[in-house]
Amino acid sequence: MRITVTVDGTSYTDEVEPRTLLVHYLREQVGKVGTVVGCDTSNCGACTVHLDGHSVKSCSVLAVQADGCEVATIEGLARDGQLHPVQKAFHENHALQCGFCTPGMIMQSIDLLADNPDPDEKAVREGLEGNLCRCTGYQNIVRAVRDAAHQMRPGAGPEAERLASDTASRVGAGGE
Amino acid sequence: MTSTIEPEVGKARRRKEDERLIAGRTRWTDNLTLPGMLHLAVLRSPFAHAKIVSIDTSEAKSAPGVIAVYTGKDLDPESAIGMPCAWPITPDMKAPRRPILASDTVNFAGEGVAVVVARTSAEAHDALEGIDVDYDELPVVLGLENALAEGAPLVHEELGTNQNALWVFDSAAAGTGSDVEDAIANSEVVLKRRFRQQRLVPAFMEPRACVVDPTGNQLVMWSATQVPHILKTMTAATLGIPEHKVRVIAPDVGGGFGGKIAVLPEEMMSTLIAQRLGKPVKWTESRSETMVAAHHGRDQIQDITVTANRDGTVTGLKVELLADMGAYLGLVGPGVPILGAFMFNAIYKFPAYHFACTNVFTNTTLTDAYRGAGRPEATFGIERIMDELAVELGMDPMEIREKNWIKHEEFPFTTVAGLTYDSGNYEAATAKAKELFDYDGLRREQRERREAGDPVQLGIGISTFTEMCGLAPSRVLGSLDYAAGGWEHAEIRVLPTGKIEVITGASAHGQGHETAWSQIVADKLGVPFEDIEVLHGDTQSSHKGMDTYGSRSLVVGGVAVVRAADKVLAKAKPIAAHMMECSEDDLEFDAGKFSVKGTDSSTSLQDIAWAVFSAHDLPDGIEPSLDSADTFDPENFSFPHGTHLCAAEVDTETGRVKLRSYVCVDDVGVVVNPLIVEGQVHGGLAQGIAQALFEEAVHDEGGTLTTGTFADYLLPSAADLPSFTTDRTETPSTTNPLGAKGVGEAGTIASTPAVVNAVVDAVRQFGVNDIEMPLTPMRVWHAIQHQSVAEGGLGSEAGGGLGSVDASGGAR
Repeated sequence: MRITVTVDGTSYTDEVEPRTLLVHYLREQVGKVGTVVGCDTSNCGACTVHLDGHSVKSCSVLAVQADGCEVATIEGLARDGQLHPVQKAFHENHALQCGFCTPGMIMQSIDLLADNPDPDEKAVREGLEGNLCRCTGYQNIVRAVRDAAHQMRPGAGPEAERLASDTASRVGAGGE
Repeated sequence: MTSTIEPEVGKARRRKEDERLIAGRTRWTDNLTLPGMLHLAVLRSPFAHAKIVSIDTSEAKSAPGVIAVYTGKDLDPESAIGMPCAWPITPDMKAPRRPILASDTVNFAGEGVAVVVARTSAEAHDALEGIDVDYDELPVVLGLENALAEGAPLVHEELGTNQNALWVFDSAAAGTGSDVEDAIANSEVVLKRRFRQQRLVPAFMEPRACVVDPTGNQLVMWSATQVPHILKTMTAATLGIPEHKVRVIAPDVGGGFGGKIAVLPEEMMSTLIAQRLGKPVKWTESRSETMVAAHHGRDQIQDITVTANRDGTVTGLKVELLADMGAYLGLVGPGVPILGAFMFNAIYKFPAYHFACTNVFTNTTLTDAYRGAGRPEATFGIERIMDELAVELGMDPMEIREKNWIKHEEFPFTTVAGLTYDSGNYEAATAKAKELFDYDGLRREQRERREAGDPVQLGIGISTFTEMCGLAPSRVLGSLDYAAGGWEHAEIRVLPTGKIEVITGASAHGQGHETAWSQIVADKLGVPFEDIEVLHGDTQSSHKGMDTYGSRSLVVGGVAVVRAADKVLAKAKPIAAHMMECSEDDLEFDAGKFSVKGTDSSTSLQDIAWAVFSAHDLPDGIEPSLDSADTFDPENFSFPHGTHLCAAEVDTETGRVKLRSYVCVDDVGVVVNPLIVEGQVHGGLAQGIAQALFEEAVHDEGGTLTTGTFADYLLPSAADLPSFTTDRTETPSTTNPLGAKGVGEAGTIASTPAVVNAVVDAVRQFGVNDIEMPLTPMRVWHAIQHQSVAEGGLGSEAGGGLGSVDASGGAR
């Protein structure tokens, strides 16, 4: 099947098998290997990307379901060489060790902050429940997300976030 | 001369590693694609024990995209290849051959039996369905005591027994203490308990993968491994490839926790196939494959006898272990429980000690190192029984520990297990922890809740632990029959422009070596942190190393870096003297410059580097290079310690456990980067707490792993864990020039007994003195209802107490 998907701002038209998962399409056909596969039961969240502004586990979405959609991955977050505030906060707060869960964790955190710009600790922990990390014990991840919320507070999020809220009501696609 | 530059060591530097990792610019093995690369998929046995009658691969071979299908017999017709075990713990240890793919018998559910090679991964996996294996089922051996019982079916018929080895340490025989049997006969109190260490899955986030490229002069293997150097040597030894024709690269590796210390049958399989086809191949496992095929950890039954006088002075300790090896021996699997032999006596002054460990084969996934490897098991056993002894004697559990631990003025202290602890201050760590925890206040609240009959009871758990880390002294490892040494290698290259490359034989997979090693070298050579690049994990650049495990990287590998830096300065000094036309004796080095004492004349390391590069005017007989290497082999381990305190609220009506607070004060010696240390402690705590409360690898009666996915194996999420209060005391290690001790495993080792002690403490008034891990709500509730006690617990319940075999998933 032929699909056209915009990934990190670039439009791609490709032939995919109907069964191809979005994560495999991203990794194997588009070359977005920053998004990773950590499990096969949609528990770990390492493959989390944004589909039309909403976080989805890209192992739970078929590539054909993304036809005509915009996908944002960890590789497209930085703008003009500037890291996204959540990326920066993960670095500043030592919220990663091996870094394998990090792409998914950051994408989910951005989605969480779009929904709740000022989450308390409990809200962060619950908002990240679908993303597993084996290295950090989560404490610094929670700290990073709350720190990012603080950094982003005055002027809302960058472009990617505004896209998220604009299209949130329009699209019901996704695998959640 | 005093430096005005703030030292790097001790600074909470943000990590260099992060820049790529937070941007998705990563080099996981599975990301690699090479021209013409083929993909592998492994067919795994659904049976735990069966004869392979026949394997028909004809249909799979004609499936779309398939290039080849191989069985064990195809890859190894002579059945000559066996996976290496580097730790024959006794001369008569039974070691079955572990094939690359099973060809006659499968011995655990998940063992590979055939492999498909195809143009895409999807095609390879599709073709697995076209392989027809005819199995003849054999009796399945599960459970440690079952496996040792008279007439038990055998995992390996040819060995004639399921016992792998019996390893014994006795303080009377070793001359390190008295006879424990005398203590048992003569002590006022003799307390015997049985504890169980359930089986765990290491559950690194990146599934294992390898890519093998046979097209160059050297065969190149990329692997998601902790041990690229060991893997290179073992690949050569296992497959008979000349070692200089193999290059191994560990690119970005997504966690290991001991789970990637192995040399894999899949790595050997990929190598043989790549050689045979002359094409690069990639094997990447699914998570479901990881769960059954990657080694598990823990899985012991511990019979512990402690003896004491009525005043609380301990007089003896006897430990009898049964340890489940699974179906085969991993790279260091048999030695893992043996590491515990040196740690059961912990921080206490036992005069008599006996340790005996029986390693056992069962039809399960093999076990090997998992974060702590032998030491968490030992710490759990001793810290649990110290609590039980306190109850027996009517003492506060902290009081009995204080009475028996080594006092700070008694260091260095040679223990009853024969190790010499160089330094420590248990009093200081405990005092700090008690204060942060409000120990007295929580004890008061506990009393009040008990008196009021509150449905939510409060328990306090203590773990005053130590561990041996920095695996390490080669002579000690040799005395334990370990096949390799424990040194580590480092090199420093001073580039012409004065920038520095540091090469380390440690192989980071999340630890932050690039940052910490840069801090160390920045201080030693006086160069900016940013001017240092750390290279590792590729046997071409880092040709020599022993890799990363056992909290060894800093205290062995980091010290090698320090010593290499000293050699750089020693080489630079005569050149500096020559350049400034002075005597070497008149020079001093500080902040990256050699200065002539009492003058303002100086020359920087950068100037010297260029002078060396041009080599136009060097002193006679001096080689034009500042590059230096060092291989460091310490004479002793280092011994981190700490006091962990856990307050647990137990809902007695539902059995639910909530961690109210968790305080730990760790003493890991001198700290290079406090941010990294804190992160290591957090992650370690999460894994130790998860053992106490959540995780267990459960097999059904047929040997099928029922917790075979992340939907079934309860890895804690952010919502399942509390925030921890962490702090440190700093008693420098005297066994290395950094004064560091190692921190990678401390949190995991200490936390499990703290949590279990807290929960048992909360419900002890209901007649409970033990609950098996993981402390699920059902188990806790059941314990309260039925006054569960440790004695006679295992072996009497349904299923026969099959170690980590529990068809009901703990729902007894």
